[in-house]
Amino acid sequence: MSQPATLPLVSSLLDAPLPSSGMTWLDTARRENREAFAAGGLPDTRVEAWKYTALRALGQRRFGHVDDVAQRPAVDAPTLALPGVDGPRLVFVNGVFCADLSVLDRLPEGLTLQPLSQALRGDPEPLRFALSRHYREVGDAFARINAAYATDGVVLRVAAHAKIVAPVQLVFVGAAAETDLAWHVRNVIALGEGAELSLVEQYMAAGEQAQLATLVSDIELGEGARLQHVVLQNAAIGSSLIRRSSVRLQARAHATVHALELGGALVRHDLQADLVGDASRLDTRGIFMPHGRQHIDTQLAIRHQALHTVSSSNWRGVANDRARGVFRGAIVVAPGADGSDASLSNKNLLLSPAAEIDTKPELEIHADEVKAAHGATVGQLDERSLFYLRSRGIPQADARALLTAAFCRAVLDDLPNEVLRDHLSAMLIAQLPNT
Amino acid sequence: MLKIENLHARVEGKEILKGLSLTVNAGEVHAIMGPNGAGKSTLGHVLSGREGYEVTAGSVSYHGNDLLALEPEARAAAGVFLAFQYPVEIPGVNNTYFLRAALNAQRKRRGEKELDSMQFLKLVREKIKVMQISDELLHRAVNTGFSGGEKKRNEIFQMAVLEPQLAILDETDSGLDIDALKQVAQGVNLLRSPQRAFLMITHYQRLLDYVVPDFVHVLADGRIVESGDKSLALKLEEHGYSGIGASQPTGAAA
Ligand SMILES: Nc1ncnc2c1ncn2[C@@H]1O[C@H](COP(=O)(O)OP(=O)(O)OP(=O)(O)O)[C@@H](O)[C@H]1O
Ligand SMILES: [Mg+2]
Repeated sequence: MSQPATLPLVSSLLDAPLPSSGMTWLDTARRENREAFAAGGLPDTRVEAWKYTALRALGQRRFGHVDDVAQRPAVDAPTLALPGVDGPRLVFVNGVFCADLSVLDRLPEGLTLQPLSQALRGDPEPLRFALSRHYREVGDAFARINAAYATDGVVLRVAAHAKIVAPVQLVFVGAAAETDLAWHVRNVIALGEGAELSLVEQYMAAGEQAQLATLVSDIELGEGARLQHVVLQNAAIGSSLIRRSSVRLQARAHATVHALELGGALVRHDLQADLVGDASRLDTRGIFMPHGRQHIDTQLAIRHQALHTVSSSNWRGVANDRARGVFRGAIVVAPGADGSDASLSNKNLLLSPAAEIDTKPELEIHADEVKAAHGATVGQLDERSLFYLRSRGIPQADARALLTAAFCRAVLDDLPNEVLRDHLSAMLIAQLPNT
Repeated sequence: MLKIENLHARVEGKEILKGLSLTVNAGEVHAIMGPNGAGKSTLGHVLSGREGYEVTAGSVSYHGNDLLALEPEARAAAGVFLAFQYPVEIPGVNNTYFLRAALNAQRKRRGEKELDSMQFLKLVREKIKVMQISDELLHRAVNTGFSGGEKKRNEIFQMAVLEPQLAILDETDSGLDIDALKQVAQGVNLLRSPQRAFLMITHYQRLLDYVVPDFVHVLADGRIVESGDKSLALKLEEHGYSGIGASQPTGAAA
């Protein structure tokens, strides 16, 4: 929090010219969020939400603005393909929409899918609520900078009762440029009443350059809507990736999230969910697997605010080498959310003595007849299991990989897209040490 | 095949094996009996290479090579197999997948061709008949949720598939019902051959009625204190371990 203006990161981000939209409400929101960021700077580890993720080193770095780069870096279209994912595709390279890499023809009926930059030129009114937000906490520093500078992103709407079966793919590519870049993406996603959507959100690298990316997503599920959301984060190993997703669920809506966090140098993901409608349900499953000197921080904040709401969260962390994992799962069952059911499990595996994982499940219950269970563990591979496998002839490295994959398996098990599930398992195994 | 000489080994700083010597030739079946805590399982673990067991003196040669210099997986590929007294549950690892990975890893290390899934399935079908292990167990995670007897049968099933040269069975007969005991014995007898040897650790004569050993040894306080033929087991059954092993009373069970 101290001397924000003198931090190279803060001053370099503020050097970028504030985008102008011609809409007073948006320009005002951008300006005010920029001012808040300039005044507040970065949170330090005394801010509870950033306790285990120090931004000191990042704060000393400088990042250029996308407009400073003359040419769009080359990205190979075939590398974007994901097995089992064959719906429309929206691609952003360093935060800028790429029409030629995207697949937007023949959108299924009931699906609106366009880049934010276009949506703002068309009918911006439906975006007004999301884009005029003010972030009040210093812990929201990256949301502030995002609100000030993001000019592109995804606008996705599913009409009431429309069922979008083929998964929609959102791809965010970090590509090497002449300078270290900062880029910002803002997504607004809404499912109408009874709508269904399968969504795959993917982060990938083309080149190994340091970058800072911020992404803010709002996801709204209308009554009875269903969302299958898969996140595959495999960003460049040198990049800092700060994401925040806010999900709101109306009555009987059901969202399922499967997240695989593999890449990035400094990764922070905030998943905030508000179960505001009766009998709404959120299932989150995830694996974070930092190695080398990666730092991956996942923060769930789930708020049960209506009757008979259900959340289940099952997360596994695997840290190798000198990597660090952080997991915080905060669940609040608000007054009046009677008959709710909240469960959270976070199990972690340390594959090397220098690796570290900090986990903190938090459960606050203010309602009646609530079923709740939460637990977190940190351990090592079981020596007896390892010996059992080796005594049958399986080499040590393979035995370790087999046990680690087994440790993660339960998390992907209930992903209905089998082809994608196999692909994700394979990626996970490829990331395991010595295989 | 196996020559253990004056073996001393310690666990967590505590000496467990205290000068154990034993020679096993191809084609032989040796039974090892002895009081609880004598070091029988320790011997099995030392022979199969478990970490944490420090050999402080003595030697083990296997087919003329230093067995102790090998990693556990290399010993397995060389034909050493340990049926665990307490088989380990490994959730998330499919039993069949595991066994195929094990067999192929051994074959690869020996320079043999790996089996594809069809060939492997055929082999499993043959062996499954002998062990009467249910198909359903094969599709479960390794030993996970298996009953005590099912775990032991699974060990012998693995042995049947891996076809080791030196099989160490650590109380594989404990906790088995009479039918399972017969099946385990049958599994062993089917593998008996002039090229193979068995070290059967057991507390009971019963198994030895079905698998007749060539030698019976008493392991007490970290040493072989008496050796004989199958009649020694009968004698033990009758009189227990008191008075066995020349002079010392074998109060090693503590
Ligand atoms: N990891 C260990 N740490 C400490 N002590 C151990 C360990 N493993 C074995 N021991 C000790 O070594 C001694 C021998 O154990 P071992 O398991 O070899 O006995 P055993 O002859 O197989 O007994 P049983 O008939 O009960 O199976 C025991 O006193 C046991 O407590
Ligand atoms: Mg024992």
